[in-house]
Amino acid sequence: MASFAETGPRRPVVESIRVDKVSPGARTTGAVRAMVVVIVALIMLIPIFVMLATAFKSRPDVSASPPKVFFQPTLEGFLYLFTDRAIIAPGRMAEFQAKADAGAMGFLERLAFDTGQEITGPSAYVGRLTNSLIVAGVSTALSVLLGTLAGYAFSRFNMPGKDDLLFFILSTRMLPAVVVTIPLFLMYRQMGLYDTHLGLILLYTVFNLSFAVWLMKGFFDEIPREYEEAALVDGYSRIQTFLKIVLPQSVSGIAATTVFCLIFAWNEYAFALMMTSERARTAPPSIPSMLGRGGIEWSAIAAGSLLFLIPVVIITFALRKYLLRGVTFGAIRQ
Amino acid sequence: MATIQLKQVEKRFGEAYAVKPLDLTISDGEFIVLLGPSGCGKTTTLRMISGLETVTAGQILLDDKNVTWLHPSARDIAFVFQFYALYPHMSVRDNIAFPLKAQGETKELIDERLKLVVDLLRIGHLLNKRPGGLSGGDKQRVALARALVRRPAAFLMDEPLGALDADLRESMRAEIRELQLRLKATTVYVTHDQIEAMAMGDRIVVMSAAVVQQADTPTQVYYNPANLFVAKFIGSPGMNLVQGNYAEGIVRLPGDNQYPLPPGWQNSITRGENVILGFRPESAHVSPEGMLQGQVYATHMHGSYTMLHLNMEGDNVVHVRADRSQRYPIGANIRFDVDAQMARFFNPQNETALRQHQEQSRMTNDGLAVSNSQSSVSHSQSYE
Repeated sequence: MASFAETGPRRPVVESIRVDKVSPGARTTGAVRAMVVVIVALIMLIPIFVMLATAFKSRPDVSASPPKVFFQPTLEGFLYLFTDRAIIAPGRMAEFQAKADAGAMGFLERLAFDTGQEITGPSAYVGRLTNSLIVAGVSTALSVLLGTLAGYAFSRFNMPGKDDLLFFILSTRMLPAVVVTIPLFLMYRQMGLYDTHLGLILLYTVFNLSFAVWLMKGFFDEIPREYEEAALVDGYSRIQTFLKIVLPQSVSGIAATTVFCLIFAWNEYAFALMMTSERARTAPPSIPSMLGRGGIEWSAIAAGSLLFLIPVVIITFALRKYLLRGVTFGAIRQ
Repeated sequence: MATIQLKQVEKRFGEAYAVKPLDLTISDGEFIVLLGPSGCGKTTTLRMISGLETVTAGQILLDDKNVTWLHPSARDIAFVFQFYALYPHMSVRDNIAFPLKAQGETKELIDERLKLVVDLLRIGHLLNKRPGGLSGGDKQRVALARALVRRPAAFLMDEPLGALDADLRESMRAEIRELQLRLKATTVYVTHDQIEAMAMGDRIVVMSAAVVQQADTPTQVYYNPANLFVAKFIGSPGMNLVQGNYAEGIVRLPGDNQYPLPPGWQNSITRGENVILGFRPESAHVSPEGMLQGQVYATHMHGSYTMLHLNMEGDNVVHVRADRSQRYPIGANIRFDVDAQMARFFNPQNETALRQHQEQSRMTNDGLAVSNSQSSVSHSQSYE
């Protein structure tokens, strides 16, 4: 019988760590594929790049036509984003000049002075970003916590009307958000929830919960019951089993649910616009509201969007290890 | 170690019975095998003993203490799962120590016990690994170690070797049995593999369709099956079963075959009655003067012997063990004898075994004690 070494593989090897084993045809195909992926990725990244560039452009550069690709970066956009300013009255110019010469000016103050402005106070954006953090953070934590518990119960226990309950939970997502905005607005005003953190947190939690329950139930369904049964006969109570066996194995599910809930709560625009005005307003509705103040401050908008993007990117990056890892990894033969 | 008693234990899902009322007493240190095809209720029975499944009615006693409604963690039993169920996020060491940590044992005691079982099962080199990277046999050893470390009142094993390769299964079979004998551990072992059951069990409980068919020693189950199901299910191939009619000391079988009724059976079978003759392939011998004959339908070489498939007319194919050195051409007529003492008879109506009406027990030519006073099995047989 001819050995493998004599006949060789029947079909060309497409993937291998040994370059000499991969057929030239397969190598070209691989290269073409990689190129297509890179090109598509670059096209997708254009808006992000424009945002990034605009955030660091000065006011004249922003509106230059054709758009400048190479420019002198400046932090003006961030100055506009974080501060309220006023034009320095001509009579006080000398006073500011003296202060600047003495080196007694802070970085932002100096930046403002260079464009002929003085800082009159912090802008509302800082507070709104904080609001976003609070609302998104708390509502995500609540959704994931409740979703995990409910998902586990739905996955493991029999209860009367289980399927109907699950469908009901899902059905809350079938209604477009706009439809309930007006009644919700009236209810919230009556109950004193209008323009409060609690109001938005409740709203986002309810909205995310259906999703979290279904997602977590799916993840728990994937974890074999035998692990829990083993722990039960090993002498642990149901709650201990849940904490010591089930939770550690559902990390990837929890991570995925967290990211999805967070992205929704963080990006939500319509409810935030309707249900808040000053105190609890989050970042998304406040970024476009910068449009109207002393002309369109494109660099401030871009800077605001950029800062707004960062937390989600960080969280997704931090959790990507769990997002990619499978739910179980081989202790039970599947 | 402990005794386990099941008293009229049953399990229903809605109207459907998973286990019909069942009585079983497992004595201290006994190795009981629950054997049956899938869906026969054997695993449900095991899970009821463990407390992972609730009973619909009946009582479960562990060392005379009623544990029927106790939480699994309060029963002091260990369970070995078919797919091991090792906690994937813990090292082998933590997996084995896990049951001891539940009891809040001191670190010294945990280390000491751990060392004992690890040495017993020779898995010391695996302690720091994760279960995911272990071979099937090693996973099963770790699962056994986790069960042993706690020194429970009883071991329950649900097809623990079902996921292993054939040769590994054989060596693990011996390993588990040796361990069980050494520890004198009361063990309930579920399997659908009758060879495993025969090789390991002190007693085999054969189940089918939610009902216990027979509960006895492997020898009894093999040579004196209580009914047609057990006769067919045990053995590979199962017992040969040929329908015939009894008249004047002779059982008339298909193909003009006549088999004289062996002594001791006259009182069990009435004239003109239909009976089923049962015999094991190794109880039949090819011989030119044989009383029975059949046409060679197929021959299977088994190494040390040849298995003849003989067609006795109609669809009555019987298996006969024959000399491997002989040639048996397909279609040839072969005469054979059935050992009179190894012949068994069954009632075709209720499918249960007929018993010899003779009050003393005697030795068969294979040197096996055959008890004649054994009662046929009802749906709720009690073994005291």
